[in-house]
Amino acid sequence: MKIKADESVCIGAGMCALTVPAVFDQSEEEGTVVLLQEAPPQDLEEAVRRAVTLCPSGAISVE
Amino acid sequence: MSELTMPTTRQRPLDPPEQLTELRQHGALHRMTYADGHQGWLVTGYAAARAVLASPHFSNLTDKQHPPIKAARMNLSDKGKAKLPPGFFLRMDEPEHTRFRKLLTGQFTVRRMKLLEPRIAEIVGERLDAMEAAGGPVDLVQEFALPIPSLVICELLGVPYEDRSEFQQDTKVLASLETAADDALAALGRISAFMYGLIQRKRAEPGDDLISGLVETGELNDEELTGVALLLLIAGHETTANMLGLGTYALLTNPDQLAAMRDDPSAVDNGVEELMRFLTIIHLGPIRTALRDVEIEGVTIEAGQTVTLHLPTANRDPSRFPGGDELDLARPAGGHLTFGHGIHQCLGQQLARAEMRIAFPALLRRLPGLRLAVTPEEVPMRSDMSIYGVHRLPVTW
Repeated sequence: MKIKADESVCIGAGMCALTVPAVFDQSEEEGTVVLLQEAPPQDLEEAVRRAVTLCPSGAISVE
Repeated sequence: MSELTMPTTRQRPLDPPEQLTELRQHGALHRMTYADGHQGWLVTGYAAARAVLASPHFSNLTDKQHPPIKAARMNLSDKGKAKLPPGFFLRMDEPEHTRFRKLLTGQFTVRRMKLLEPRIAEIVGERLDAMEAAGGPVDLVQEFALPIPSLVICELLGVPYEDRSEFQQDTKVLASLETAADDALAALGRISAFMYGLIQRKRAEPGDDLISGLVETGELNDEELTGVALLLLIAGHETTANMLGLGTYALLTNPDQLAAMRDDPSAVDNGVEELMRFLTIIHLGPIRTALRDVEIEGVTIEAGQTVTLHLPTANRDPSRFPGGDELDLARPAGGHLTFGHGIHQCLGQQLARAEMRIAFPALLRRLPGLRLAVTPEEVPMRSDMSIYGVHRLPVTW
């Protein structure tokens, strides 16, 4: 799995950081998405997919 | 002309109007006649509501919207909109909305809210101390549900201790449905003036708080700062307060679920999501207006038509939440629309989660004998408000 994050559409709701803190964080300044790892370990893939569906602005996606 | 007008009467206090549940079975989008005669739409399905909220082709500007019900019964932010200063960015579209929102998102991150948790726990503990000292019965709304979010906002905004009791009095007046419109507007005026003064003080003597941080960015003038502060106050106060009040009522009338919230720490986080889904206190709106023709689930919403989303009904859509008419704290409740969806999704949601995740278990553990001091039928519901809840919740223990 490869994750893409687009901070230009991110609205800083924090759902990704809340759902998978090992993979997503928020920038100090604007609270927008910060990707901690692009290719998460397999055991986190399901949680990452959940974070993608929870994101209100479509800022994160997976391939 | 559609015969459907906005149904608001609930047959059971915790369930959406039956008419809406029935409508949802026939489709997600319905033609509806608005209070001004406008032929718009009502959305009752989960996927359609989410699609409208995610679409960039719908506006949130109040002057483009037709009222689904008579304006006098709309919520405070709508009633007061004529008097609200600039900076009330909930009611803005892009790109203005993002200019304001991005100045604030850094203040509401998951990490920042974690740092606030010990202080929230202290505030909750102090309220419980006061309740215990007074002894039951008390009105849980006045003694617990309203003061907690109000004090947390004071903390966040940097309202000095000596000003908090006056500030709280006015926010209580503002949030109470029993307040006449004129009194609410007067209280709003006093709070606006107070915020304006607070901004001047923070400019002279900055502290480690949200307003000082916003002043420091130099991006907003004082009128805009006042609008932002008011929005945070209104959005963060009435909502969380009603979740705490109505959530406690829901738990007290569902003892098995109450026991899970009280006794199982691992049930708390999802349990709070489930309470938010099941109760969906935003029960009139959100409202959007199409900026151009938009197709949602095969239905064309024409440019200029207003759409009202009925989130309590959408959040019980069986295609998304099977058996959703039951309160079940163990159900995976993530993805509910109670905080909205799309670019306007609640800025303070991580703060609201932190407050509820601390307050519900703390209340139930400190007062294990907590019970209603009246019959469930005697608890007055905020049925005519855009934010649902209980007006009063007499409890004892």
